[in-house]
Amino acid sequence: MTETLKITIDNREIAALPGQTILEAADAAGIYIPRLCAHPDLRPIGSCRMCTVIADGRPQAACVKPVSDGMVIENETEELLEHRRNLIDMMFVEGNHFCMFCERSGRCELQAMAYRFGITAPQYPFQFPAKTVDASHPDIMLDHNRCIMCARCVRASQELDGKNVFQSIGRGYTRKIGVNGEKDLGDTDMDVNDRAADVCPVGCIIKKRVGFDVPFGQRKFDHKPIGSEIEEACHV
Amino acid sequence: MSKPKVATTSLAGCFGCHMSLLDIDDRILQLIELVDFDKSPIDDIKEFTGRCAIGLIEGGCCNEENVRVLQDFRQHCDILIAFGDCATMGGIPAMRNNIPLSECYDEAYRNGVTVYNPSGQVPDDPDIPLLLDKVYPAHAVVKIDYFLPGCPPSADALWAVLTALLTDQPVELPYELLKYD
Repeated sequence: MTETLKITIDNREIAALPGQTILEAADAAGIYIPRLCAHPDLRPIGSCRMCTVIADGRPQAACVKPVSDGMVIENETEELLEHRRNLIDMMFVEGNHFCMFCERSGRCELQAMAYRFGITAPQYPFQFPAKTVDASHPDIMLDHNRCIMCARCVRASQELDGKNVFQSIGRGYTRKIGVNGEKDLGDTDMDVNDRAADVCPVGCIIKKRVGFDVPFGQRKFDHKPIGSEIEEACHV
Repeated sequence: MSKPKVATTSLAGCFGCHMSLLDIDDRILQLIELVDFDKSPIDDIKEFTGRCAIGLIEGGCCNEENVRVLQDFRQHCDILIAFGDCATMGGIPAMRNNIPLSECYDEAYRNGVTVYNPSGQVPDDPDIPLLLDKVYPAHAVVKIDYFLPGCPPSADALWAVLTALLTDQPVELPYELLKYD
């Protein structure tokens, strides 16, 4: 029989399995911890910091921190919600996010996160950085304006597709996603059926000729906030 | 007691947000029970006639005239609402923000494929407002009290915000009315 651990999230005691991350244990218990870089099929890297919780008094990325017995976790405190809101704001002002014509709008996880937090406008000055669009691939477009550096595509290409199409280049504010030694996407072995083409949470990796296929009002986040599928699962 | 006054303007926008305001349909009859319109393209009043309770700002600032109008609104209105993506984040006009202004002029007046301009002159009449280096959202220029994003914000969202403010209720937008597109 598998040993079960007890952890507490926001004063609610839940069961967890050894080896689970805080995020996995919370998901299983129907507690949503916001995340952008984490993806169920990919190795977690704790990059976006949206899932930061206070675990036993210390800030930890819930997607990488394993649970331990008796761990006490704070998730929806005022301080953490403000921290997450600030992160969302920074992601909006550091890119060029023109939702009104983006094909991912309505199913974009960054946009959905801002909706969940009720953000009507970012509080920081817009940077409007100069970014490029790589449309060299016949079936896929890469729009760096919308990239939030979650590196899901990097991991999906390596871990799921057995390729190495994407890499992170540079550090800090100037970090960006590159393809095969800074060549264009069309020069790589990227295929439209690769998992890497599906995991982008925003509108950076876009499949050509399928945009706007879901009408307004029927898109993934039109009626229910991101995370509600996790929160609702626990009521079953 | 006289009715509170509402003023509206469209700066660097497409008037789509004003169209959305008209899209409240017959509720506009209820609205004019609640308010009088002051300076606004809806009634074509050009200058403020007095103090206004609410100013609705569509569009960001792309030229010096936009800045002057916006500052005029701030002076005359108790509450300013930036409505629409152009007012809240710059919107489509802000797509020029990472292109040097000289390149924008060249494309518009010299090198564009449909341009016929043998002398290569760029319009610089004193009556034409000078462009700003970038397009700025409204809150980069004056203090904005409420933001209502959307391209355009839906008529229901506008109605919810306006009626809440005019009846002294807290402004709370239901999840389905907060949209960036």
